[in-house]
Formats: sequence, C-alpha cells, structure tokens
Amino acid sequence: MIYLEHYLFLAAIIFTIGVLGIFFNKKNVIIILMSIELILLSVNINLISFSVFLNDISGQIFAMLTLTVAAAEAAIGLAILVVFYRNLGSIEVSKINKLKG
Amino acid sequence: MYLYSITFYVFSLVAVLSALMVISARNPVHSVLFLILSFVNASGLFVLLGAEFLAMILVIVYVGAVAVLFLFVVMMLDINFVKLREGFLQYLPFAALLGIVLIIELGILFLTRSFSESSLSKFVESPMINEIENTKLIGQVLYTDYFYLFQISGLILLVAMVGSITLTLRDRGQVKRQNISQQNYLNANESIEKKNIKLGEGIK
Repeated sequence: MIYLEHYLFLAAIIFTIGVLGIFFNKKNVIIILMSIELILLSVNINLISFSVFLNDISGQIFAMLTLTVAAAEAAIGLAILVVFYRNLGSIEVSKINKLKG
Repeated sequence: MYLYSITFYVFSLVAVLSALMVISARNPVHSVLFLILSFVNASGLFVLLGAEFLAMILVIVYVGAVAVLFLFVVMMLDINFVKLREGFLQYLPFAALLGIVLIIELGILFLTRSFSESSLSKFVESPMINEIENTKLIGQVLYTDYFYLFQISGLILLVAMVGSITLTLRDRGQVKRQNISQQNYLNANESIEKKNIKLGEGIK
C-alpha cells in the first residue's frame, strides 16, 4: 500500500539529487538550471501528494503557480545564459564575476 | 492494490534514475532528454495520484516548452562540454556528506508519520468533492478563490517574456530598416539628380 510518506520520500530523493547536481556541475550553468528544475519538480510532487491525501484542491493550484514560476525562471535564465555566452564565449560559472559581488 | 504499488515503484524508480542521469550525463543533450523522461514519469505519478490536469499541464509545459527551450539553447551554444566537466568529482566528499545529511533529515521528517491525515485535516481550505472531476474542480477554485494569484502568474509570464526578449535582442548594425518619417519627407529635388551623360562614356 502506498501512503503519503512514499510520495514525500520520493520528492526528498529528487530534491537531494537536484541539490547534488548544483554541487557537482559547478562549471556548467545549463546543468545547474536543469537541477533547479528538478528541485521544483520535487516541490510539485510534495504539493500534489499533500493535496490529494488531505483531500484539498488548493495544493494543486499552488503546484500550477510553481509551474508558472519555473517556466518564467527557465526562460529568463536561458536568456541570460545566451547573452553571457555571446559576450564572453563561455558559460563557466567561475567566469561570471563582472559584478565583483 | 498490488498494481497501484507496482506502478508507483516503477514510475518513481525511473524518475529517480533519470534524475541521476540528468546530473551525471556527459553530453548536455542527453541531460535534457533524461530531464524529459523524469518529467514524464512524474506526470505518470500525478495521474496515479488523481491529479490528471496537473499531469497533462506538466507534460505540455515542461516537455513541450521548457525542455525544448533547454534543447535549443544547448544545441545553439558551441561549447566544449568535456572541458566543462573538469573537476566533476572535486567536490565529491563534501557533496556526498551534504546529500546523505539532507536525505536522512528529510527521511526522518517524512517517515515518522507525523503527517497523518487526521492531524492535518483541520487545515483543509477547499475540500475535494469526489463527484466532480479534477479539471472542473480546479477551474471552480482557480477562477474564484485564487483569482488574484492566477492574474499575478499571468503577469509573471508577461514580465518573463518581455525580459527575455529585451535581454537577447541586439542591434546588428548592418540590418536595413524602414524609417517612415524620413520616407515621407523625401522630395523630388533631393532624391532625383539629373545628369547630362555624353555618348559612349556612361556614369563614372
């Protein structure tokens, strides 16, 4: 029998994989963006499984909002990436230091 | 009920494995394709949960739009991806420690069953009615109770669209553009020049 905890643990595993992806691919911005997408997917799994097991529809509404924000974030991130590549000819994270932050 | 469990384990196993491949594949194109596989499996899990609308939206938005956008960008940039993988295992001890701590903590949190349905059911805002199908129920709530959030998410998408267009738009310089006011101010005296050409010489 599958309970809420199974879904939550699955989401935890995917979340951890996403965080690890950011750590391992410290040079490649594209993989980092994909890892962020994985993290948002795990958040969606959490929201929807809570929504279903608590019999409350609002979790699914919030999952939809997460989806919207994730799509906007991917579009902006990739646009910044393209501009960055055009100016520097590379997408290494260590070279993103123009702002001297 | 066995079929439900087997389906859950198959979908979640493929989702986790393809998520692992996303972060470890050598070729970023393969990474994007595994991301698509992961999303499709997650949408299968959503169907299993009974959230059909979200499952279809996930396939349409992620696989149809976001992943294809990723694929375009990966294929457009001419990058030596092998060089980018240098130092892949440099942070392995630290990352392994972090991952183990994270998964154990989340596991403790989730597997203690403190999230039992009875303890949280007092927070239920808009209960699901089983007679209405999922999509209809979302529509009934989304356009009434969450109308402002719906509008704001539309605004976020608009801002993202305008932002990414302004970021990537560039003036190439050699492109010829139509200047309408300049065209309207032309007159015959300025634009036409009369020349008296001698026979057999032509214009130099």
